[in-house]
Amino acid sequence: MADTKKEQDKAEEYGTTGHEWDGIREYDTPMPRWWLWTFYATIVWAVIYVILFPAIPLVNGATPGLLGFSTRGQLAEEMQAARDANAEIDSQLVAAELTEISADPELQRYAMAGGAAVFKTYCAQCHGAGAAGVQAAGYPNLLDDDWLWGGDIEAIHQTITHGIRWEADPDTRFSQMPAFGEILEGEEIDALTAHVLAISGQDHDAGLAATGAELYAENCASCHGDAGMGDREQGAPNLTDAIWLYGGSEEEIHETITYSRYGIMPPWQDRLTEAQIRQVSAYVHGLGGGE
Amino acid sequence: MSTMSSEEPPKLYAAREPIFPRRVSGWFRRLKWWILAVTLGIYYLTPWIRWDRGPNMSDQAVLVDLANRRFFFFMIEIWPHEFYFVAGLLIMAGLGLFLFTSALGRVWCGYTCPQTVWTDLFILVERWIEGDRNARVRLWNQKWDARKVRLRVTKWTVWFLIAVATGGAWVFYFADAPTLLRDLVTLQAPFVAYASIGILTATTFTFGGFMREQVCIYMCPWPRIQAAMMDEDTLTVAYRSWRGEPRGKHRKKEGAEALGDCIDCNACVNVCPMGIDIRDGQQLACITCALCIDACDDVMEKIGKPRGLIDYCTLNDEPRERAGNPPRPAWMHILRVRTMIYTVLWAGIGIALVVALFMRSDIELTVAPVRNPLNVTLSDGSVRNTYDIRLRNKHGEDRVFALSYTADTSDFTIALEGEEGTSVTVPADSVYNQRVYLTAGPESAAVDERVTDVRFWVEDPESNERSYSDSIYHGKGE
Repeated sequence: MADTKKEQDKAEEYGTTGHEWDGIREYDTPMPRWWLWTFYATIVWAVIYVILFPAIPLVNGATPGLLGFSTRGQLAEEMQAARDANAEIDSQLVAAELTEISADPELQRYAMAGGAAVFKTYCAQCHGAGAAGVQAAGYPNLLDDDWLWGGDIEAIHQTITHGIRWEADPDTRFSQMPAFGEILEGEEIDALTAHVLAISGQDHDAGLAATGAELYAENCASCHGDAGMGDREQGAPNLTDAIWLYGGSEEEIHETITYSRYGIMPPWQDRLTEAQIRQVSAYVHGLGGGE
Repeated sequence: MSTMSSEEPPKLYAAREPIFPRRVSGWFRRLKWWILAVTLGIYYLTPWIRWDRGPNMSDQAVLVDLANRRFFFFMIEIWPHEFYFVAGLLIMAGLGLFLFTSALGRVWCGYTCPQTVWTDLFILVERWIEGDRNARVRLWNQKWDARKVRLRVTKWTVWFLIAVATGGAWVFYFADAPTLLRDLVTLQAPFVAYASIGILTATTFTFGGFMREQVCIYMCPWPRIQAAMMDEDTLTVAYRSWRGEPRGKHRKKEGAEALGDCIDCNACVNVCPMGIDIRDGQQLACITCALCIDACDDVMEKIGKPRGLIDYCTLNDEPRERAGNPPRPAWMHILRVRTMIYTVLWAGIGIALVVALFMRSDIELTVAPVRNPLNVTLSDGSVRNTYDIRLRNKHGEDRVFALSYTADTSDFTIALEGEEGTSVTVPADSVYNQRVYLTAGPESAAVDERVTDVRFWVEDPESNERSYSDSIYHGKGE
């Protein structure tokens, strides 16, 4: 390659890196001095940073830094700031009549957003993230229009506050169906099962069901009602509808009558604030089944 | 290879060589003044253009409203879910850059890059205050005295004012400009506004006043990328060495007949804002600002030689010109497969964006079926699906949105959570979330199907504007 005079001069002044690719060589030109200053500035910055912020890892944690900053502390501050920011609307929520929350768009929006968070943290384990419960396994679906203990917002609030069959809470909702396997004979339970199938509109043996109707009137009607419509005062389920907490097939109904089944829900008044309970009450009420 | 002597250690770092571009006049210089005036005018004045959008909306023609997540551009309003318009514009900007670079080399760098435009402006100020090249070289070399201090302080002050105006103009794109200006002056503007102005003032002042060509050579990645887009048909600034060489000053001496057209007057070097010699050939530092063309043409006219010793040339014309043939016309270089592909892609995206822009409705909905659970059985055996619907009202006033559905069956009943009927009022310029239920009776065919197609409609009963979104109904069938 015939280098020009200028190229030769430059190669003479700076030298080349010694690499050569297809006849192309690279001058070893000096770097710009401002680049060096920038580099020094970053070193100075790093030293200041190490002094001010947590930086050097030690056996138990790291050097704290002069500013005492930590991401955990920052989170705590931000959480506190959020609580402070919500303090006013929380007090409005607690002061409002439960039935009037939905009429106030701001309160309703706040309650629904907060309630969704509370629900996913504390309720979703049993009732599911979508609040559909666990079908036929005793975790009630909160989306439908069937409520054991009442579906208006005050009833929901009462249930969440005091729980169900939680004996340590004197105001808890309480009822218990006896296990009829210890009370009735096997054929009698078959007959009762046929009657329940009949009043819920399913296929059944008409003769057995007629016997079962008499047994029902004696043993079951006091809680489930003469027509099987249930009784919310006692949490007795409606036996005539399409919704079954423990399944509606013949075997499942038979098993429920024989052994009795019930669930337990803890009270939340000691774990959640009143504002949180009201939020999640409004949320559950607004899921589509609220009355 | 290195021939450095041992007593002189190698220099690892070098200070910037100061550059004193001489004043030049000519066609390209005039073009660059016009581009400078137009681009800076657009930049500084745009935030002050007003555009009436109705009582509840901003009247600023171009506004990036970060707090409310809106982008206003004259009659166009972009919401966050329409961010693809911005993505499309960025892709068009990229393709446009490819197109211009493959056709005309680094025209972006030479004419419109903010670094070039502001540096040009700063050099103009420098010349007004300190004089042309020779005066500035003298001033640089002389000792500090009262005059030098006065000139330097004046220059830096004007630079600083330009820099503040630059940073100041930037923040006006993000808030109502008159309000923000009043707040800035009365020290009531948010900290981020002052911080943005401060940072942009510092970068403009340093980059335009002191860093200049260092930004292009050492900091900008674009010069490296551009090489991949240029080819032998790309028109770029070059020196016709076959015509100019051998160069020489002394025309009266013996053997002067053998010299080329270049009289080695260094006019091209003296006007160059990058401090390079275009006669060394195409190089990384050349931003193709074309000022050397103006300078050389000026000289060629004075000595009675044809213009164009330095000119926009292509690589594949060189052998033709060396053989004594004229270069092919510029349009033949520009119209080639590569540039046409770029143009088609660029225009295609542009047309798609314009079509999308005019197909938008001012009332809109997005439907998200609730999938956990897919459906809910009610006590009478009917089956309900739930949909979270986002209703968007882009009008400057409240609007009533009436919701309805169309489907192959009419078995559904539609209901709104928390509302009596099927209408909701959506506040002006906002999004409203509404939960909607579709319920099919126990005997409905839709219950036995796995899915049924459903189309949700919103209609403004007053203006009859309507819009739809497709969704599905999940039955209990497998």
